[in-house]
Amino acid sequence: MAGPHKGPAAAGPRTVLAYLIRRLIAVIIMVLVVLLATFTVFFMLPKWAGQDIAVLFAGKNSGAEQLEGVREKLGLSDPLLVQFWDFVKGIPMGRDYVNGSDVTHCPAPCFGYSFRTEEPVWTTLKDALPVTGALAAGACVLWLVAGVATGVVSALKRGTVWDRSAMVTALGGVSLPVFFTGMLMMGVFVHNLGWVKIADNLGSDDSLGVWLETLILPWIVLAFLNAAMYARLTRATMLEVLGEDYIRTARAKGLAESAVIRKHALRSAMTPILTVFGLDLGVLMGGAVLTESTFNLPGLGLQAVNAISSKDLPVILGVTLCAALAIALANLVVDLLYAVIDPRVRLG
Amino acid sequence: MTELSKTGAAVGEPVAGSPAPSAFLEVRDLKVHFPTDDGLVKSVDGLSFSLEKGKTLGIVGESGSGKSVTSLGILGLHTAGQYGARRARISGEIWLGGKELLGADPTDVRKMRGREMAMIFQDPLSALHPYYSIGKQITEAYRVHNDVDRKTARKRAIEMLDRVGIPQPDKRVDSYPHEFSGGMRQRAMIAMALVNNPELLIADEPTTALDVTVQAQILDLIRDLQKEFGSAVIMITHDLGVVAEMADELLVMYGGRCVERGTAEKVFYEPQHPYTWGLLGSMPRIDREETERLIPVKGSPPSLINLPSGCAFNPRCPYADIPKDQITRRERPELRLVADGHYSACHMAQDERTRIWTEEIAPKL
Repeated sequence: MAGPHKGPAAAGPRTVLAYLIRRLIAVIIMVLVVLLATFTVFFMLPKWAGQDIAVLFAGKNSGAEQLEGVREKLGLSDPLLVQFWDFVKGIPMGRDYVNGSDVTHCPAPCFGYSFRTEEPVWTTLKDALPVTGALAAGACVLWLVAGVATGVVSALKRGTVWDRSAMVTALGGVSLPVFFTGMLMMGVFVHNLGWVKIADNLGSDDSLGVWLETLILPWIVLAFLNAAMYARLTRATMLEVLGEDYIRTARAKGLAESAVIRKHALRSAMTPILTVFGLDLGVLMGGAVLTESTFNLPGLGLQAVNAISSKDLPVILGVTLCAALAIALANLVVDLLYAVIDPRVRLG
Repeated sequence: MTELSKTGAAVGEPVAGSPAPSAFLEVRDLKVHFPTDDGLVKSVDGLSFSLEKGKTLGIVGESGSGKSVTSLGILGLHTAGQYGARRARISGEIWLGGKELLGADPTDVRKMRGREMAMIFQDPLSALHPYYSIGKQITEAYRVHNDVDRKTARKRAIEMLDRVGIPQPDKRVDSYPHEFSGGMRQRAMIAMALVNNPELLIADEPTTALDVTVQAQILDLIRDLQKEFGSAVIMITHDLGVVAEMADELLVMYGGRCVERGTAEKVFYEPQHPYTWGLLGSMPRIDREETERLIPVKGSPPSLINLPSGCAFNPRCPYADIPKDQITRRERPELRLVADGHYSACHMAQDERTRIWTEEIAPKL
């Protein structure tokens, strides 16, 4: 208990920078490992299953010569690690697919070409990312505000009708699948009442209004699901924190109850909420598969589903890379925020 | 209430319902009950005492005797923020500086907390917020009650840290609780409690969580500060040694009630209740023969839901059968005057108690 007296806690900018660099290197290594695993699974699996990737690319009715050309051009005969290295190198450097005189240049960042649309995977990702990003960002804000607020009020009014109904609603929110609430809302607000229109496609040239109108229902549906969980989490954490000795100390100072809640209780309750939030955000940035499928939003999740069902290996790889990167970065941000919130956490 | 005022009047107890007292702090027939699923927990059940400025009252008793509940009750912390939970039921009167607190507007009481009455808690590590620096927590306590800017409050915090003996206060003000040692944390806690010069300071086992070596320092500090600020101090402890030197008056609690009250001298040297004897016997003393063993109080604290009938201490009392007709098991003894300012709640005759104390107990201590 009686530890030695340490100097002031604030980590210097240097330690923070060193920490950041170390963490970023760790992120890159982690993403590479994930990528290698995905690469191995998706490029070796067809082989083990007796399928030819060249056939997947060119189609079943291709001639032997054509398949040989595909193999040569995509480098499919090279050892796995060589193929992997070519793929990784292509991301920052760009890549040339060569089959004799037939040269296709894939500019950086090159993730290869889709087997189905023959578009560069990057183009697909580039179009899908903003959709997923907008979906995730809007839903996050909604669910954090709604979930945390509900949780706090529930904790403060524990045992009352308010608390009970909020928690029952939350239980519903957690247990109802997105496609159910999504279809229900679409049925009511799009088809029945006609209040909102959902665009078939979302692109950068669509107006803000179109984006908002298309995303509002997915936001609500996704936020409802998560807000429910956050409300329960916040309530439980708040109840625990409110029993802490330092909350009693804050009251003993003569602080108004609102200040006790805001400054003392909520600040402590943020830590576990932040942990879960970081993970959720990361997962969400990899594509909210069910939500995107339900609302037919051309985000990463929908691309992933389509790519998997059509065995479009390069797109699967690209989406996996995005998801892994998002989760790793979100975790890094959470760890940094920990240090901001809790002075006992030391970076280093 | 009729019963209480009757008995109270008989022994010169403060009477509930009478006009404002002259004493600085006066607690009259305080009851703090908590409804639970198992029944009503009567943590404090009819406690009365008074305290003047500059004086120290020691409240002594085992865990669960109602000491801490009493102190939180005075500060009004049982009712503050009891969200949805079944609230504590508090009755009686608490007069502080001529104001009655239990019937007062909670906002008024809130504004008195920290300014006119402050508290030092048992475990400074858990009682300080881990996310805020010491300075921030002290300035917060200051700025709630004083309309000053951040700089002035910070200066005040540094001044207080210096006063409680924290070295390099201008640097340590930015440290966090986890960067302090246990003793330092308790010093910071004291600085926080005293930042507004409160007239009443309640110290709830302020040294229990500390190293023995720093306990004496902290007690000295509290005593010095009390002299300097002239505050009334309530020192709550289970350790008679802690209050031996500090307290002017002692109040021994058992099962939520006062069993003995008097000047520290009287209670220490002429104790009139078997439970006080037990406490004294279980206290290690340096002048005791090494071969003699501590004498524990046998048994465990009573259930506060179903107190033993009669005297709450009777199942553990070696002398319970001395009074006739099993009265100790049937009738609750009232607090009766023994000598000037010295009260005891025991069925035994005073001669009998004095005899047992001088012949059987005192020689063994």
